[in-house]
Amino acid sequence: MAKITYIEHNGVEHSVDVPAGKSVMQGAVDNNIPGIDADCGGECACATCHVYVDAAWLDRIGLPAAGSQEASMLSFAAVTQPDSRLSCQITVTDAMDGLVVRMPEGQH
Amino acid sequence: MNAPVHFDPASDAFNTPLDRIDVSNPRLFQDDIYHPYFERLRREDPVHYRKDGMYGSFWSVTKFKDIMAVETHPEIYSSAAKLGGISITDRPMEFRRSSFISMDPPRHDEQRKVVSPIVAPANLNNMSGIIRERVCRVLDGLPRGETFDWVQRVSIELTTLMLTTLFDFPKADRANLTYWSDVGTADVNAGGIVDSEEKRLEILGEALRTFTAMWHERAAKPPGFDLISMLAHAEATKNLVNDPQEFLGNLTLLIVGGNDTTRNSMSGGLWALCKHPAEYQKLRDNPGLIPSMVPEIIRWQSPIVHMRRTAVADTELGGKQIKAGDKVVMWYISGNRDEDSIDHPNDFIIDRARPRHHLSFGFGVHRCVGNRLAEMQLIILWEEIMKRFPRIELMEEPKRIYSNFIHGISEMKVRIPE
Repeated sequence: MAKITYIEHNGVEHSVDVPAGKSVMQGAVDNNIPGIDADCGGECACATCHVYVDAAWLDRIGLPAAGSQEASMLSFAAVTQPDSRLSCQITVTDAMDGLVVRMPEGQH
Repeated sequence: MNAPVHFDPASDAFNTPLDRIDVSNPRLFQDDIYHPYFERLRREDPVHYRKDGMYGSFWSVTKFKDIMAVETHPEIYSSAAKLGGISITDRPMEFRRSSFISMDPPRHDEQRKVVSPIVAPANLNNMSGIIRERVCRVLDGLPRGETFDWVQRVSIELTTLMLTTLFDFPKADRANLTYWSDVGTADVNAGGIVDSEEKRLEILGEALRTFTAMWHERAAKPPGFDLISMLAHAEATKNLVNDPQEFLGNLTLLIVGGNDTTRNSMSGGLWALCKHPAEYQKLRDNPGLIPSMVPEIIRWQSPIVHMRRTAVADTELGGKQIKAGDKVVMWYISGNRDEDSIDHPNDFIIDRARPRHHLSFGFGVHRCVGNRLAEMQLIILWEEIMKRFPRIELMEEPKRIYSNFIHGISEMKVRIPE
């Protein structure tokens, strides 16, 4: 279990407990947190669960490998930044307690 | 309906030998009788091989998860125009035009990224005002108490106006865009004006000349925020105009993609509500459901019937052995009714828990670039409809087009009560 804070683009914060083994995307969807659409349901095939990983966590969470499906899908998403990830590709562990992710202006 | 009255599609679908079922027959879609055929394939043979069908030999992929597997492996399932591209129709080699939808990474990626900013969130916000103004004008001009064609008066008018904005195209000439869009996708066996690939190319030649002139004009000016200017000024596409076939391929893609699909969701959504009065009442009681109704409309209509890939390596899919060179057809219209991936898939439900979990936009690297623009247009349309007209009546069943690619409604007579 890890407490994860999702911050909407308008600044509204949601802190929820997400069981280890679930994805960061599932944590948002299960708790009806707006701002993560996840159209494809976690297949890394739509880029609508795009988040920015908080700077304090970026080293530990890491970035998608060059040439990976996640990097490819992210390259088509709008408003990406160097700290962009697809939240369906981040599997929650107990060590992620306190993780903060922010939502982009829109999921595309 | 063109089907004779004694013909029972469900009985035909379940009694025809499996290897004789041919879901590529465009009449199934024109007559709106395709469901039982796909229902049988999903149940009995979800990855189905049809040898020597109306559109050659091909694999039909009918389940949501199998379609997702094809979508997410472009290195195995190619979209390349020269292999056959994205449609089940194998055009003669000289008529196979590349465009970024009929290309694989990495060239696909470079070209797609040139045009995608036009549908990024900030620009969607910029466009929402003009879209709403047009919707209001079109709706306010509709007759009351008399029968009219929703397709012409609303669906075609609004989506063609949208194209004039995306291309910065003269509004007075907008009927050409609708025409070129229809010509670009017409089945040569449909009995319409496009009865050969030569004829298609001849008509699209007018589009090519028009857009080539616009290209040179805009290339000489500072970059603007329309599709032609964006293509003319971007590093990856600045020489596209010198490859007329690929330029035409991309123009056709952008015209059809930005027009025909949303047009048919504008018609199909009203049809779905009229056929499901309890859902229509739910909408009247709570117009706040529109943002969740819109993706359900897009699922229900499935404006693109299929996308095709060509295997470039031997592989396995759903327990079947696919060989390099095989034609693989993803029937979105079937995956959108797959009970293993969508709850109550045969019900039209405007307040689903996860309405965007549908295949109509495709998935993976070729996922519809304009999907959020399409949704926004439909949301604005339905918001303004509900402010004005509590009820629109369907006067007769819609007429549908002869196509296994575009799920198109060509005419739909409706009436707004006085």
